[in-house]
Amino acid sequence: MEIFEILMSVSFWAAAIRIASPLILGTLGELICERAGVLNLGIEGIMVSGAFAGWMAVYSGTGLWTGVGVAMCVGMSFGLLHSVLTVPFGLSQHVVGLGVTLLATSGTYYAYRLALPEVTSPPKIEAFQPFEIPFLSDIPGIGPALFSQTPLTYLAFGLVLVVSLVLYRTPLGLAVRAAGENPAAVAAQGLSVTAIRMGAVTVGSGFMAMGGAFLTMSAFDSFFFEMVNGRGWICIALVVFGSWRPGKALLGAVLFAAFDALQIRMQQTSLGADVPYQIFLMMPYILSILALVVMSRRAEVPAALMVPFNKGER
Amino acid sequence: MGKDTGTVLRLNAITKRFGTLTANDRVSFSLGAGEVLALLGENGAGKTTLMNILFGQYMADSGTVEVFGQTLPPGNSRAALDAGVGMVHQHFTLADNMTVQENITLGVQPLFRPMLDKSAARSRIEALSERFHLAVSPNARVGDLTVGERQRVEILKALYRDVRILILDEPTAVLTPQEADDLFATLKTAVENELSVIFISHKLHEVMAISDRVVVLRHGKLVGEVQTDQTDRAALASMMMGGDIPATDVVAATPGATLLELHKVTTPDVGNAPGLKSVSLSLRAGQITGLAGVSGNGQAALADLIGGMRGPSEGRIDVNDVVPRRWSPQEAIRNGIARIPEDRHKVGTIADFDLTENAILERYASHPFSKGGWLSWRASREFAQDVIDKYDVRCPGPDTRIRLLSGGNMQKLILGRVLETNPQIILANQPVRGLDIGAVTYVHEQLLAARDRGAAVLLISEDLDEVMALSDVIHVIAGGRLSPAFARGQMSPTELGIWMAGQGFDEDMPHAS
Repeated sequence: MEIFEILMSVSFWAAAIRIASPLILGTLGELICERAGVLNLGIEGIMVSGAFAGWMAVYSGTGLWTGVGVAMCVGMSFGLLHSVLTVPFGLSQHVVGLGVTLLATSGTYYAYRLALPEVTSPPKIEAFQPFEIPFLSDIPGIGPALFSQTPLTYLAFGLVLVVSLVLYRTPLGLAVRAAGENPAAVAAQGLSVTAIRMGAVTVGSGFMAMGGAFLTMSAFDSFFFEMVNGRGWICIALVVFGSWRPGKALLGAVLFAAFDALQIRMQQTSLGADVPYQIFLMMPYILSILALVVMSRRAEVPAALMVPFNKGER
Repeated sequence: MGKDTGTVLRLNAITKRFGTLTANDRVSFSLGAGEVLALLGENGAGKTTLMNILFGQYMADSGTVEVFGQTLPPGNSRAALDAGVGMVHQHFTLADNMTVQENITLGVQPLFRPMLDKSAARSRIEALSERFHLAVSPNARVGDLTVGERQRVEILKALYRDVRILILDEPTAVLTPQEADDLFATLKTAVENELSVIFISHKLHEVMAISDRVVVLRHGKLVGEVQTDQTDRAALASMMMGGDIPATDVVAATPGATLLELHKVTTPDVGNAPGLKSVSLSLRAGQITGLAGVSGNGQAALADLIGGMRGPSEGRIDVNDVVPRRWSPQEAIRNGIARIPEDRHKVGTIADFDLTENAILERYASHPFSKGGWLSWRASREFAQDVIDKYDVRCPGPDTRIRLLSGGNMQKLILGRVLETNPQIILANQPVRGLDIGAVTYVHEQLLAARDRGAAVLLISEDLDEVMALSDVIHVIAGGRLSPAFARGQMSPTELGIWMAGQGFDEDMPHAS
């Protein structure tokens, strides 16, 4: 059976992990925002801006890690804009989120045209190269799949652990979660709900931008406008799939990525000759919807998600 | 209890206005160390506003708060907490999806400390709950706790922060009489541990039982300050109400035929709220049937059933001796059931609709509001204007959006729209919650008038005093089960409290009556 062969191959799993990386970063970012009670629909646009900013920085001569930092800063500025509008002003999170996505996407297009007016095909950069972790990458099977990835992938997986620890083991994480569950409880302790939520949205947006930067700086070595291609929206679904928990969200991202890697390979099998390729393209999305239906029944939504908080209002 | 060991807290001429309403008018008083001070006043007298200012949740327009001789910066809860002031709010500020321990430790450590110290926190919580008799498990999810347990978590939250002054806002409103006694025992322990307590209430017997000194607020003004042992309930009542205590003498009812009857009705549980468990109940013409009970014990299920929102899964409902075919809200309205919903903002009205639209909300599809499938705005407006005039709804006119009205006026419109139809059966669910004393009296008078006209009234209330004052017959609901009917004056509040705690229902327990 061809599918079985695909599932057993190291290159398939290596690809799945690679495809999962930007999703993990984006999902973590969205999860941080939503845990604090803010839905950030700006994610799609913020990923586009991060992809462009990181790549542009490196193209202009900075180092790769500086590029990642630049991408984060750009994402955080859009996050700050989003949070100013949604938190202290309490505007509709749907409208602001979609607005930020439109602004970030078209702003990126504008910046691209400004920076590279004469170019027909975007220039390439020297992207992150796979780094084989000594000893671990020698483990047969999972070694080459898990431990021969680019540094940004390791960072994505490491950040899952960091975010989990912060959310569940630190006073700050407790305050962030409480802001998403009952902001009045946070305010009653004399903490600022506004500051906590704005901080979470800003930091979360930085993560999203890093996810975008992965595309131009790790997965590829150049920038195209269509490259984010709905990954932001997938991340929003993955947060629900993961029941707002970083570990489960990571599993969801890997699962989705595995479906994606699988469908690419299935197009090249004998099946691909008979079936229109669009069917394969649809596959990960359909399977995600099914998984979402099953998983989200038990999901614990933060109780104050999308509920603006005004101090002194009864 | 020491009474003259110095002043720990002083309010100086606090004034707070909300628009044209003066909620607090130059209120000053002080609290001594180890003292229990009762802050007494009717609903809307400004007690909660005052305490929210003290705790830094509102900014006073003028006046200052001093704690241990230091003036608190206005509008800063953090500063109040740091100065040793803790507040247990009437509406708990707990996150349901988090554990007791997480709720208690929220905000205790500086935010950017690297680690939460979980085991130390846990043993500290356990020690405190032992010392102050506040039994609750640190690992329990708050959403799974009873209201009484949640209150214990709130008190623990304050004690965990080493507060020296504990403010409790209407703490017994949600408790059974027995739970209230436990709370008083906790407060006694607190005072022995040199805490000072401000106890906000409008219940005289509690104030007499627990406090050393009483401060009385009326219409935002401080109208009296007495030592508890030098006063009595009558004196406090007249201070609180301003001398003219509304007549609570209710003429005995002359009950008529049974208009609505439930036969062993069972409904499914909804989330944490219990459904009805084999409930039999008859509502008779010319009689007010009161339903007492702690919130969340099946009141919502009963109200939903009678209002037609939900049908029985077992048992039968008879309206005027007929079993309705399909039980629905429309069917209930057609059968002459008038509903005063529990939540007038969410269920009773549509905030952004005007008074006309809200007035015809339940009957828009029937004559005269609907003619040949078209709404008749003329008839609707006339009806709304009628209700406004007759029921004294203070508003600019029938075109006003209802969200601009005060709670009392909103309730008057709801009352008018249902009473104008001369309903046979009136379902009044928490009809006076959050209303000021004038509106409360008005609503009560209207319910009594409807009774005397021959309507069957079901009064659901969490305020035992209200139920006992108005009802001709009282049932207690607990865990979805209904007690037998008790006649007016048959049961004391304590005896009803036993039923409210769910204890009288077991067959082998001797009945209190």
